[in-house]
Amino acid sequence: MAEPRPVLEMTGIVKEFAGIRALSDVDFRLFPGEIHALLGENGAGKSTLIKVLTGVHPLDGGTVVLDGRPVRITSPLQAQQAGIRTVYQEVNLCQNLSVAENILIGREPVRAGRIRWKELRRQAAQLVTRFGLDLDVSAPVGSYPLAVQQLVAIIRAVGSGVAGDGGAGSGTRVLILDEPTSSLDRDEVEELFALMRRLREEGVAIVFVSHFLDQIYEVCDRMTVLRNGALVGEHLVADLGRVNLVKLMIGKDLDELEELSEHHGQSQAGETVVKAEGLSRAGAIAPFDLEVRTGEVLGLAGLLGSGRTELARLLFGADTSDSGRVYFEGQQAALREPNDAIGRGVAFLSENRRTEGLVPDLTVRENIILALQAARGWTRPVPASQRDELVAKYIAALDIRPADPEAKTGSLSGGNQQKVLLARWLLTRPKLLILDEPTRGIDVGAKAEIQKLVVSLSEEGVAVVYISAELEEVLRLSHTMGVLRDRRLVARMANGPDVTAGRVLEIIASGEHQ
Amino acid sequence: MSLTSLWRAATQHRLFWPVTALVALLVINVPFTPGFFEIHLKNGHLYGSLVSIVLFGSPLILVAIGMTLVIATGGIDLSVGAVVAISGALACLVVSKQGNEDAVGGVLLAFALALAAALVCGVWNGLLVARLGIQPIIATLILMVAGRGIAQLITSGQIITVNSGAYSLIGGGYWLALPFSLFVVALVVVLSMALTRRTALGLLVEAVGGNAEASRLVGIRSRRIKIMAYVFCGLCAGIAGLMISSNVSAADGNNAGLWIELDAILAVVIGGTSLTGGRFHLGGTIIGALIIQTLTTTIYTIGVPTQTNLVFKAVVVIVVCLMQSPAFRAKVFGARAQRRGPARKTPGVPADAPQQMEVSP
Repeated sequence: MAEPRPVLEMTGIVKEFAGIRALSDVDFRLFPGEIHALLGENGAGKSTLIKVLTGVHPLDGGTVVLDGRPVRITSPLQAQQAGIRTVYQEVNLCQNLSVAENILIGREPVRAGRIRWKELRRQAAQLVTRFGLDLDVSAPVGSYPLAVQQLVAIIRAVGSGVAGDGGAGSGTRVLILDEPTSSLDRDEVEELFALMRRLREEGVAIVFVSHFLDQIYEVCDRMTVLRNGALVGEHLVADLGRVNLVKLMIGKDLDELEELSEHHGQSQAGETVVKAEGLSRAGAIAPFDLEVRTGEVLGLAGLLGSGRTELARLLFGADTSDSGRVYFEGQQAALREPNDAIGRGVAFLSENRRTEGLVPDLTVRENIILALQAARGWTRPVPASQRDELVAKYIAALDIRPADPEAKTGSLSGGNQQKVLLARWLLTRPKLLILDEPTRGIDVGAKAEIQKLVVSLSEEGVAVVYISAELEEVLRLSHTMGVLRDRRLVARMANGPDVTAGRVLEIIASGEHQ
Repeated sequence: MSLTSLWRAATQHRLFWPVTALVALLVINVPFTPGFFEIHLKNGHLYGSLVSIVLFGSPLILVAIGMTLVIATGGIDLSVGAVVAISGALACLVVSKQGNEDAVGGVLLAFALALAAALVCGVWNGLLVARLGIQPIIATLILMVAGRGIAQLITSGQIITVNSGAYSLIGGGYWLALPFSLFVVALVVVLSMALTRRTALGLLVEAVGGNAEASRLVGIRSRRIKIMAYVFCGLCAGIAGLMISSNVSAADGNNAGLWIELDAILAVVIGGTSLTGGRFHLGGTIIGALIIQTLTTTIYTIGVPTQTNLVFKAVVVIVVCLMQSPAFRAKVFGARAQRRGPARKTPGVPADAPQQMEVSP
């Protein structure tokens, strides 16, 4: 196949923040009708490259050529007009507006200065159907699950050239999807991929950022790998095997990852840390029984929306239960507030880092100290020397970068933010650690570090509830497994050689009870 | 080299622009009031324009400090003006009922009752906001409106005048050659700084204001923190009410502390605390309150016609706010600033700044 002219060619891109090079001399090209994976660990410069391309950050060096013409993109609006559309990892929709309004926002069909609501809904419905979705476009976006919202965001981005102003040349040339799949379940990912393939056939060049290697190999044609702000290489997906790819991304061998796969099966007979009997919450999770012992990792598997998070939130007191009892170390506990659970040594890492974890305005130090401080109450501040020592210790132990306790947490990359939140809970020396999607949206290296941490914590006797959409991960880490389906805990089993991904999937799919 | 870096460090400091504005406002007065900066000792009391600014600005500083904490939790308290009126009215009523208005015991009783009333007002606001989950602007609007009525009820619709030397001390008296109110303000400032920064209260308040749900999930008793902020704010307003009524030896349910909530909010914002909650700066708030008081003084000294003084005030406030905005400064002085190289840590990043950036070490 002769290579056509690239639709986009970025050469020698340089970007600095506060004197630190986030991108140095990066080349990136994109051909029409291809899905191009942009890969690299957290902090490798993927997001920065995207933000330079979309005009969020001004360029400090290098050239951008679009359709053979050099361009200077200085604002997101300009990028959009040039046909570069972006969907960011965190869904940016107006929750209180309808699906139709969100899709056509800023491009509403207008007559005599008034919005034609019927036409608006018709156009939106048309777009939604074209992308193979079945939605009530007049319902507020907030009433749909996060996964659907993600698809709506993509439709909005792509649709902006299809409907509305109708001007020629306003069509999507480049579509950037920054981790669009991190909150989607298997079926939804398939829907997204179908959509991406359709767009590829229409000649759209798609930049796809994802941490799921399976997905890269399933859907992408070509990939560009970044490491520490520099270009490592551009390859055809077919030419580069997974192991080599991971080596390129992290720049070291996978031995550490391999070691981990040994860990499962040896379920220690520790003492019961938490026990739930018939715990439930209407509309969230049906009554379930559960028991986790010291040093045990309980993995929870199930599709998105199967009740994994809801179960965890009940154990933590983040939501109140309608029925049932919880016992911590044999004592019944009334959990009305997270505080009640925290006082008994429970820690909960939420899946929503941004809305339920971080206080972005506060420094890394303040975020790390927060849980410990909350437990001590406001009258007993953690002494400064002890605080600085603890923070420095955990920044080093978890390799939080930049290793600056004064840095604003909001400016850290996703993986480092997650480590800050982990540090926050580890400081409280929890007896039960509930991790809800701790590795979502973070890179391979950080993922392995977090998994290793879980193993060593469990060896120290911490009970862990580990929730992840990645079945392999759950299988690798847990001693016992719980499987959820349709807001019901349908199976509990000891992990062992006979428990395979296939078997768990079967339970999720069929409804066989253990 | 070191001088320029020193200069840059100074301009980057978050108090730089508020302090500059304050100094500029003070200097503007000099041509209109010769000897503006002079301070005389007369009858053992210090007199001078600067002393008056601090004296008349005292109630605003107090109210603004309380307001800072409330705003930091992500709330707002519109009822402080009404609390000022209630506290003053109750205190004056109690003093006027005494046989001997000069009796210290009676005055102390008046203070205690007035502050208790202010405390109740704060608890009321706190419960509405934190327990019932009513939006702060609405919850405190209730007392803002009703509080004036309560003050009228206390004074029976009259202006109660008192004639008590002991009572007039707090708002108009002198001690050690200085206005007594200065000591009260200093005490409250020191207390509130100790309360927020020597304990963990400041951190917890900032966490609650910065991300309420995350704070709940981390185990912070955010309701309690919020109620405390409103109670503290109410108490500050109560003390301010005592000062204002003491200064004029009268309680006016209608006009005491009228619109002080708006000046206080303004002082907080000029001081660098965001209305969305989170980070707060008590030092900045004090500067902000002094700016507003100096502005009021300036309006009189340079002879702005009374009909237009609100317009004048508005213009100055807009200029001060714009000068503080990094986004505005970048637009106006942008070309020069950029050649000097990218700024290091920018305090108060503009709202449209990137949420995340990936920085490789």
